[in-house]
Amino acid sequence: MIAESYALFKKDFHSELRTRYAINSLAMFIIVAISVILFSIGNETINESLTAGLFWVVIFFTAMSGLARAFVSEEERGTTLTLQLIASPTTVFSGKLIFNLILVFCMNLVIALLYSALFEKFVVQNFALFILTFFLGNIGLAVASTIIAAIIAKAGAKGTLYPVLSFPILLPLILTCVQLTLFSFDGTSFEEAQFELAIVVGYDVIMITASYMLFDFIWKD
Amino acid sequence: MSNYSIQSQNLSKLFGRRLIFRDINFSWAEKGIFGISGPNGSGKSTLVKIVAGLIAPSSGKIIHKNSGGEIIPEKLHNHIGFVSPYLVLYEEFSAWENLKIFAKIRGVEFNSEKVTFYLTQFLLENRKNDLVKTYSSGMKQRLKFIFALMHSPEVLIFDEPTSNLDEEGKKVVYKIVNEEGKQRIIIIASNEVKDLELCSEVLLLEKFK
Repeated sequence: MIAESYALFKKDFHSELRTRYAINSLAMFIIVAISVILFSIGNETINESLTAGLFWVVIFFTAMSGLARAFVSEEERGTTLTLQLIASPTTVFSGKLIFNLILVFCMNLVIALLYSALFEKFVVQNFALFILTFFLGNIGLAVASTIIAAIIAKAGAKGTLYPVLSFPILLPLILTCVQLTLFSFDGTSFEEAQFELAIVVGYDVIMITASYMLFDFIWKD
Repeated sequence: MSNYSIQSQNLSKLFGRRLIFRDINFSWAEKGIFGISGPNGSGKSTLVKIVAGLIAPSSGKIIHKNSGGEIIPEKLHNHIGFVSPYLVLYEEFSAWENLKIFAKIRGVEFNSEKVTFYLTQFLLENRKNDLVKTYSSGMKQRLKFIFALMHSPEVLIFDEPTSNLDEEGKKVVYKIVNEEGKQRIIIIASNEVKDLELCSEVLLLEKFK
């Protein structure tokens, strides 16, 4: 199953390189969103709390603009049936999840680098906590976005439905990640951040389990 | 020769309140060419999709067995070859790349000799490295046959197999159907008289309303 999922990921990766379905929209969104924030704050210095919040706001909306492509592009091109004929639902979900995970990690790495270069208060004191938050947050974001993309792919108003459906599902993850990012700015220890970390780990485990259980029903009509 | 069988038990399908067909029972085993016919909207495509495990019936059951054991839905796709006008291949890849990708995702070996043989049979050998988006609709239809045949499935499902094909393409398809029908189960859903003439048994869907 792993080899087949990897083959599906590779197909998506090569397809993305040729069609630039998601990369262009993600890159443009990151540049536009960060520029708007920088223009709106002008010469003001925003505090750590607001910086952490805005960091995850950009991540959330960037994910909304690009991650749905995993399934929407198959549906729009009419290749969903082809995929159903060559792979099991588990393989399809795993392949799409690997693609979205890598996309999320790359996209958020760019956002983090831009933030650290452009925002004065984006100074990480507890680097290990920041990396762990970044890692767990990205997994949760990728899993939730992938399963929501599968749900909305067959709907009519995909563009509207995706953020609307994602907001309540991703809210607990985003809020906890904002808090953990703030902790990493403050230099809070792992012991003190234990509760928030447990929430994010729990969220990831629940989302992965629920997604694999649900996908079979979503994938077939 | 395969020990494959497909059995339908009181198969019914409704879309909302609209009944498409009800209580379809059949049993097709080992080999042969079986037809499904009926007027437009009678549910030919719906029935073949149910047989292929792509959509679920509203009631009843379809059972695929190989050497006596029932095939689980998770594994069914590797036993099925499917051709239809509404099947779309990846247009940003060439024919050769498409077929290679399909083999890898299916988890089966990519047999380049076999694929080359089919590409030659379907007159696509000299265009195999061109992107599928540059193909005509008839060429795309011929490529779908290679997609269906390349992994040697026990069941071949052809929904309107000769649509978009020229006379030469039709001849190749009929030849392949006759040859493959001696070794495996072939299901043809069509209204074309010539397509149905190949079948030993035809299911008329208007009888199941």
